[in-house]
Amino acid sequence: MATQQLPLPAVAVPLKPVRRRRRDGRAAALYLAPALILLAALLAYPIYQLVLISFYDYGQPQAAGTAPLTFLGFANYTDLLGDITFWTVLAKTVGFAGVCVLGGLVVGTALAILATRVRSLPRMLLFLAALGAWATPAIAGSYVWLFLFDTDFGLVNEILVKIGFDGMAHHSWTYGTYSTFGLVAAEVIWCSFPFVMVTMYAGIQAIPGEVLEAASLDGASWFRISKSVILPMLRPLLMIATIQSIIWDFKVFTQIYVMTNGGGVAGRNLVLNVYAYQQAFAGSEYGRGAAIGVVMTLLLLSITGLYVRSQRRSDAWL
Amino acid sequence: MRIRRALTGLAVLGLVAGCAPAQSGPAGAGGDDQTGTLRVWLFDEASRAPKEATVKEAIAEFKAAHSGVDVDVQWIPVEGRADKFSGAFNDPASAPDIAEFGNTDVAAYVAAGAFADLTTDVKNWKEGADLLPTVLDTAKVSDKVYGLPWYTGIRALYYRTDVFAELNLTPPKSLAELTEDARKIRAAKPDLYGISTGGKYTYAMLPFLWASGGELATKNGDRWTATVTSAQAKAGVQAYADLIKPDICPPEQCANLTGTQSVQAFSGGKAAMTIGGDFNRKAIEGGSIKGKYAVVPLPGTTPGSIAPAFAGGNLLGTFAASKMHGLSVEFMELLDGAKYQAKMYTAMGNLPTLGSVQQQIASNDPFLKPFVDTLKSGTKFVPSSASWSKIDAQGVLPTAVQQIATGGKTADAALSDASAQMNKAFG
Repeated sequence: MATQQLPLPAVAVPLKPVRRRRRDGRAAALYLAPALILLAALLAYPIYQLVLISFYDYGQPQAAGTAPLTFLGFANYTDLLGDITFWTVLAKTVGFAGVCVLGGLVVGTALAILATRVRSLPRMLLFLAALGAWATPAIAGSYVWLFLFDTDFGLVNEILVKIGFDGMAHHSWTYGTYSTFGLVAAEVIWCSFPFVMVTMYAGIQAIPGEVLEAASLDGASWFRISKSVILPMLRPLLMIATIQSIIWDFKVFTQIYVMTNGGGVAGRNLVLNVYAYQQAFAGSEYGRGAAIGVVMTLLLLSITGLYVRSQRRSDAWL
Repeated sequence: MRIRRALTGLAVLGLVAGCAPAQSGPAGAGGDDQTGTLRVWLFDEASRAPKEATVKEAIAEFKAAHSGVDVDVQWIPVEGRADKFSGAFNDPASAPDIAEFGNTDVAAYVAAGAFADLTTDVKNWKEGADLLPTVLDTAKVSDKVYGLPWYTGIRALYYRTDVFAELNLTPPKSLAELTEDARKIRAAKPDLYGISTGGKYTYAMLPFLWASGGELATKNGDRWTATVTSAQAKAGVQAYADLIKPDICPPEQCANLTGTQSVQAFSGGKAAMTIGGDFNRKAIEGGSIKGKYAVVPLPGTTPGSIAPAFAGGNLLGTFAASKMHGLSVEFMELLDGAKYQAKMYTAMGNLPTLGSVQQQIASNDPFLKPFVDTLKSGTKFVPSSASWSKIDAQGVLPTAVQQIATGGKTADAALSDASAQMNKAFG
């Protein structure tokens, strides 16, 4: 890579700082305008419509304009929150997302540490494999995993039988509640750990060698260095990776929808997103679907809010 | 600061209370243009080529009779139909003139206000009187006809003649005997499912429910009420769920099977019996068991009786906003007439809806006899309510069957949940 020193821009010395500040503000607004317009059109307006629809009895006839709109107030919400299935699905979603987040972080971080310790060829292979998993579309990944774990023709069952586990012949991985969730979680971790790995690898590489050297000269053990030097320096990155993973894994749709055939036997593998689709969109009850969407958005926003607050506090601390 | 926040809050409240969510405008009144392109949506099928060839023939004939008219056919996947039709309802400009649709969706589509009332058109059609009355009933919502029945789908019992002969079995005469035979077959041949049928195959479950004397729902005035918790309905669903057991069709493999998948397992030689439609014949002929199967009506609870089958079938309808109402009706009547119903039967095996064509074909083709016998002994239909599409899409009954089959819930508990959900959908 050829790097070239950029010529330093000539800095005009401002004569009147007050005027410069105003001009800066206008320029900043101009630069921000495209992003603001995009956000307003693609985020604010849809969320506004979502919230609005969630207060109405809004089905297919209402969307097509052939039936009058009825304002329900919070009826969609009280209905939803009074539904035991919603709470079961929410609890399962939290558990499932928790396992996926934890798994992704552990696998990603472990492989990132491994990547800092090995030579360049194995490291390159590791990164290629991880990026391959990352680049695979969710649908394709789900089907490949399903083929691997197929009851009758799957490679996994075949290998298990060959190495002596005869009981695994024709074993169905997608039948039991936990076995199914486990399989889907493994697939989700497989396609989400590369993000954690790349982030953590960059973070570890960015820790100055002098700091570590100073610590070891002071007689700190390896454990002490990890706990008191490396981990605090990685904390902001770890935080970002965790929050991102929570948001992604909470919203998993494709993997559950494809691998459990739309929520598993008797809907016991439903997560919130698939439940919303099945209850609302397949049945054309957009009002109820919007209510689920709003509840999900609020849940994720509150997690993000906590994150932003903790970021502020840690900045102040730094 | 506090004042500003309060003002923002007020503004947000005002926005929420003052505005209504976006709706698309009501569909236009339609028109009766005599030239232009007629847009047609037909269902894509597993083996579409013969269907497409027949439709092309009809188009050629139609174009020869009408100058300045073109017909553009789009093939819609059955699984993705809900999205496609919702799109057409929300944006009438992108809707077709004619669409093929399943008779279980009629009530919901009519509630969306999309389809034109065809009552007078059917009355004025010279072949209209030949349409079987029970079949025409499935195209009606509050006594108005919204579609021309194009073909009927009736399910019966397919079984493997070689397996039955080897084990000295005769085709079952009652549902209890069917269960017993299925158990015997799996005991003797552990590689085979006694009968392949699945938790998501509602149209195979319904005959069990009806044969036991149960009903899905009853109508009082304008209100439907679920009746799946009656003792008869429970017995029927339980009998069906008992087929999805390790000694017949293990839940690990069968609990999640749909109708198509159940038939595929049979045509792939993995099952000794299945419940399949007349329209599944081509798929089964294409499998490894060609020539080694026969069909009998699905028996009822008493020996020798026939279980009431679900009167499935597809219709042709025209959108209310179509600019070419007259031409649309003419083209549908051509496709639905005796000539092309007979051709469609040859191409796809679809059972005709015109009495005369059905009779003539059934007398020439012994394969159709069990289906026609089933049809004659009386069929039943799902509640003709707009809510049925919702109940169907939310998988209410499949969930109950799966819960019973996997032992997650008793029939009592599963069906009272289902009943509550159905009543909620009925409103």
